[in-house]
Amino acid sequence: MSDQDAPSYEGLEKGQIVATREVAFTRDTLVRYAGASGDFNPIHYNDVFAESVGLPGVIAHGMLTMGTAASVVEEWAGPGNVVDLQCRFARPIPVPNPGEAVVSFSAAVGNLDDETRTARIDVTVEFEGQKVLMKAQALVNCV
Amino acid sequence: MNPDAQGRSYGPHEPYEVSRAKIREFADAVDARSFAHRDVDAANAEGYADLVAPTTFAVTIAQRAEFHVVQDPEVGVDFSKVVHADERFTHHRPIVAGDEISTTIHIDRIVSRGGVSTVTTRAELADLDGAPVATVISTLAVREDA
Repeated sequence: MSDQDAPSYEGLEKGQIVATREVAFTRDTLVRYAGASGDFNPIHYNDVFAESVGLPGVIAHGMLTMGTAASVVEEWAGPGNVVDLQCRFARPIPVPNPGEAVVSFSAAVGNLDDETRTARIDVTVEFEGQKVLMKAQALVNCV
Repeated sequence: MNPDAQGRSYGPHEPYEVSRAKIREFADAVDARSFAHRDVDAANAEGYADLVAPTTFAVTIAQRAEFHVVQDPEVGVDFSKVVHADERFTHHRPIVAGDEISTTIHIDRIVSRGGVSTVTTRAELADLDGAPVATVISTLAVREDA
């Protein structure tokens, strides 16, 4: 991490929302993520293949959702300052063609550790009113 | 899936070279908006020697290593039936452009229950001096058809 851009620990309160974002996932978003990450599983671009393995159609990469959640936390924490990040993938996000899947992200202070000046940031990620990630938690060292 | 594969390790293979181009591309893909992912001066101003990678960039390196597990016929993962169950990143230091990272992947756990098997892998990313960079833990769930 870098001290230059780390957030201040003073004044943080449990429950405080530190960042929110709405992101529209389209097929374009998925193709870009596939190229950037090297994850070319056809369930993320090929409807025929996705349906053949029992999915409703093309779905977003779980790691695209997690990566975007990280970006929302990072907007507050500063780049390079999220030291730990975890989540469980609870439900897939189908991405229509044409159209978009609008996903909402809300990052809030879940816990504070006075000794290490570490904030646990809990990210709520919802699509169509339902949580798509569970236990999405980031640890951020503050100054 | 073969439970005896638990405890196996693979690698390290050829080191992965972190490029500025790939960091910029990944930042765009996950909507990471800081200039420290795009502009070297901005990264320097934040205290980094070069462009700093977004938080989950390490997955691009870890998944290359996970491929060795998925591909191993003695582990027996049917990739067409795989669902990503969970993921965790622990960063020992931020990844920056110019890093050369070697990865060793471990199969920590294989569990089969009720027609679903899960395999948990742990990728240990290290720099060329062997200093730890990141630990990436990933669980895949695989439907086992009777």
